Amino acid sequence: MQRIGVFVCHCGTNIAATVDVKAVAEALGYEAGVVISQDYQYMCSESGQNLIKDAIKEHSLTSVVVCSCSPRMHENTFRKAAAAAGLNPYLVEIANIREQCSWIHKDIASATEKAVILGRAAIAKVHLNAPLTAGESPVVKRALVIGGGIAGIQTALDIAEAGFDVDIVEKEPTIGGKMAQIDKTFPTLDCAACILTPKMVECAQNERIHIHSYSEITDVKGFVGNFTVTVKKKARFVDETKCTGCGLCMEKCPMKKVPNEFNMGLDNRTAVYIPFAQAVPKVAAIDPNYCLMLKNGKCGVCSKVCSVGAIDYKQTDKYIEEKYGAIVVATGFNPIKIDKYEEFAYSQSPDVVTSLELERLMNAAGPNGGTLLRPSDKKHPHTIVFVQCVGSRCDDGKGKPYCSKICCMYTAKHAMLIREKYPDTEVYVFYIDVRTPGKNFDEFYRRAVEQYGVHYIKGMVGKVTPVSDGSLDVQASDLLANEQLHIKADMVVLAAAIEPDKSARPLATMLTTQMDTNDFFTEAHPKLRPVESATAGIFLSGACQGPKDIPETVAQASAAAAKAIGLLCRNSITCNPCIAHSDELMCNGCSSCEKVCPYGAITYIDKEFRMPDRTTRIRRVASVNPAVCQGCGACTVACPSGAMDLNGFSNSQIMAEVDAICK
Amino acid sequence: MQVNEDKEFQPLIVAFCCNWCSYAGADLSGTNRLNYPANVKIIRVPCSCRVNPMFILRAFQRGADGVILCGCHPGDCHYTSGNYFTRRRMTLLFSMLDFLGIERDRTRVEWVSAAEGAKFAATMNEFTEAVKKLGPNLRLEDLRCRKQ
Amino acid sequence: MSNSLKDWVDITSGVNVLKCMRCGKCSAACPSYDEMEYHPHQFVYMVERGDIEPLMASQSLYKCLTCFACIERCPRDVQPAKVVEAVRLAAVRRQGCNHLIPDQIPEMLDDDLPQQAIVTAFRKYTK
Repeated sequence: MQRIGVFVCHCGTNIAATVDVKAVAEALGYEAGVVISQDYQYMCSESGQNLIKDAIKEHSLTSVVVCSCSPRMHENTFRKAAAAAGLNPYLVEIANIREQCSWIHKDIASATEKAVILGRAAIAKVHLNAPLTAGESPVVKRALVIGGGIAGIQTALDIAEAGFDVDIVEKEPTIGGKMAQIDKTFPTLDCAACILTPKMVECAQNERIHIHSYSEITDVKGFVGNFTVTVKKKARFVDETKCTGCGLCMEKCPMKKVPNEFNMGLDNRTAVYIPFAQAVPKVAAIDPNYCLMLKNGKCGVCSKVCSVGAIDYKQTDKYIEEKYGAIVVATGFNPIKIDKYEEFAYSQSPDVVTSLELERLMNAAGPNGGTLLRPSDKKHPHTIVFVQCVGSRCDDGKGKPYCSKICCMYTAKHAMLIREKYPDTEVYVFYIDVRTPGKNFDEFYRRAVEQYGVHYIKGMVGKVTPVSDGSLDVQASDLLANEQLHIKADMVVLAAAIEPDKSARPLATMLTTQMDTNDFFTEAHPKLRPVESATAGIFLSGACQGPKDIPETVAQASAAAAKAIGLLCRNSITCNPCIAHSDELMCNGCSSCEKVCPYGAITYIDKEFRMPDRTTRIRRVASVNPAVCQGCGACTVACPSGAMDLNGFSNSQIMAEVDAICK
Repeated sequence: MQVNEDKEFQPLIVAFCCNWCSYAGADLSGTNRLNYPANVKIIRVPCSCRVNPMFILRAFQRGADGVILCGCHPGDCHYTSGNYFTRRRMTLLFSMLDFLGIERDRTRVEWVSAAEGAKFAATMNEFTEAVKKLGPNLRLEDLRCRKQ
Repeated sequence: MSNSLKDWVDITSGVNVLKCMRCGKCSAACPSYDEMEYHPHQFVYMVERGDIEPLMASQSLYKCLTCFACIERCPRDVQPAKVVEAVRLAAVRRQGCNHLIPDQIPEMLDDDLPQQAIVTAFRKYTK
């Protein structure tokens, strides 16, 4: 038999002014199972809580109903008080008679009547409350960082510094990502390689960081604190442990006409290659699409010249399995393909380049050794036109609907660098809006205009036509002068929109995390939880979550690391006890619940059951992982046999509330 | 349901509110002292998708005159996709109500965020008026459950 | 009146002028830009403001080639040529407002400019 204590709070006059609390306490005292019903001035106060604690001990109460303010306010307070008195905290129910009764009604009679009904509903529910204990699940003290760009590098360094092992999985043969391709960084104009490469080396030297380059994630199982991840180490045909990165194989490789992706295809590399001089790990890889030995078995020069015998043409893909407590996604971005924008003549003229290509053209380690030359005739360009928002803010099905955020600033940077190095070059920037929110960003843009004389024109380029003399005719509108312009340009630079890396979507499916329609990972809360995904234990770092510049990426990378460290520091995770559970005897193994679960918390297991006739039978039944379930209850309604139920909000409890209200 | 000859008909309305948005919205309308009729009794559920259509039918069976279900706005669900399930389930339930003998207007799904206290109060006022016009729910009520 | 005229243009053109982000790419792509008093981006902006009468009085209505370059290039899918067409229809339909009488057309033809009908036919049949 239940022994229920009811405590009605006056909340000063907040409740007592419109609800006759004494009458409520008296009426609820007659309810079945109620052994004590009291009212008090301030239940949440020290003495009010003591009143509850004493009553629990004195009347050996089995459950408690507090008629007071919203459970969102003081549910935890009263649960703690009950726990202090030795009662399971989940045997406390709150009837909200302040926010949802006394504060909204003026008539004392109807407000009192409603308060009694709400109290009855809570009593009916508490009759069916079961003591719940929060489960615990252990945490593996190792983190996985997916992506080895600046975001992944920063996250890995921060986690390693906190004393945890970190694995970086990078799909390219080297870490460094997009930042390694960039020449200078805004708004300080310091050299990207000078600030990035020391961090890459730090990663390589840190004994807690393990870099899996040229690798991909193929499978993710498990849940927060206990993920099991399969990493595919793609065959690079070079023994990583032996290769010294001397580069002799690159010198001797006869296959020298492979488009160099690091230089955006603006020059060539060899079939066996190290992407760039500061690569980490500095280990060669053989491109199987071009290697003569791998394609038709005739060559083998690199294996002959390699003094340490690192070349291994028979190497195959290797799969390694590892357990992790936390996963940080840092898959980054790529510029979009702009072939669809025919009007800019990108595919017709080599002198129309994207901004990232210009970045390589201007880079000291780039194809021209740092001198800006037109790709077509290697001559010095005298007029350069920049076009902003190519593919960004587009609703035409060809581009992206969002603002790519970084283009305004890097275009100002390019314009400034060109004007500084080549003052005889005229630079035009066609903009729709110049967006420079950020520390010292607008000052930077103004400097480009005022100090460096870059011509900023409000308007858009409508057509670029290659002319027979090798120049480009740029037809554009100047909206402020209300004119249509024709500019004879030597080069056109397109600020292509950026998009999440193509590998992100399959990865999101493996991780059961959400993505928006643009394939950016969705954060758990846009304001308050910006670096966590909605799936527990998976954190987001850098441009995989939205367009970001380097300072923002690094800030988010460190924030994601802090969140991951917070998780890894714990020996175990306390789970929310208000979670779904399945009645195995009723479950018919239909998989309905598995399909609706947003967290992938439900799996099916084959379990042996004893049948009434003393035989045993193996049945497929649902099993809820308590560490993953968040307690939304979607599965309880989807279950056709009623086997699924939710702790704390069970079918019978809600039915009892309905009945009590409708009595 | 209470019917007195001298008194106006006072409907009994059950409101299911999700913990994260609508229940907080209801709290906010209280904090802002926005009035809505005492006919509305709120039941807290973790998510609107926790509401089994059976709960709604049970309420009608036991004498409720109107049932309203409130959840987070589509796309804002705390559990990311719960309210989409709600929307589909309730569409299905509502299409069957006529067959069951309940006026379609006695039930409703509303999206109320935690910031929309005013919307919550306005919705409840409007819904109560609408149910008042429909009169007592007699058709599904199980006569065995009726108070003598 | 001007409001209902704006509504009429909005409905007839089927264009949501509010989608325009004022990049001016329509005018940048327009081949008859120099012939026009009001340019494609101005059509969109002035219709948005409800400022349609000056457009209806302007010869720009007849300078548009309906080549649809603006529609093709618009990043926001605003379709300025449809706005021009709707304003032109508004002018044609209002009594006494149509400043183009069929008999006048032959002398107005400009040999340097392709005729609207030819461009339209070319666009239609080459797709």
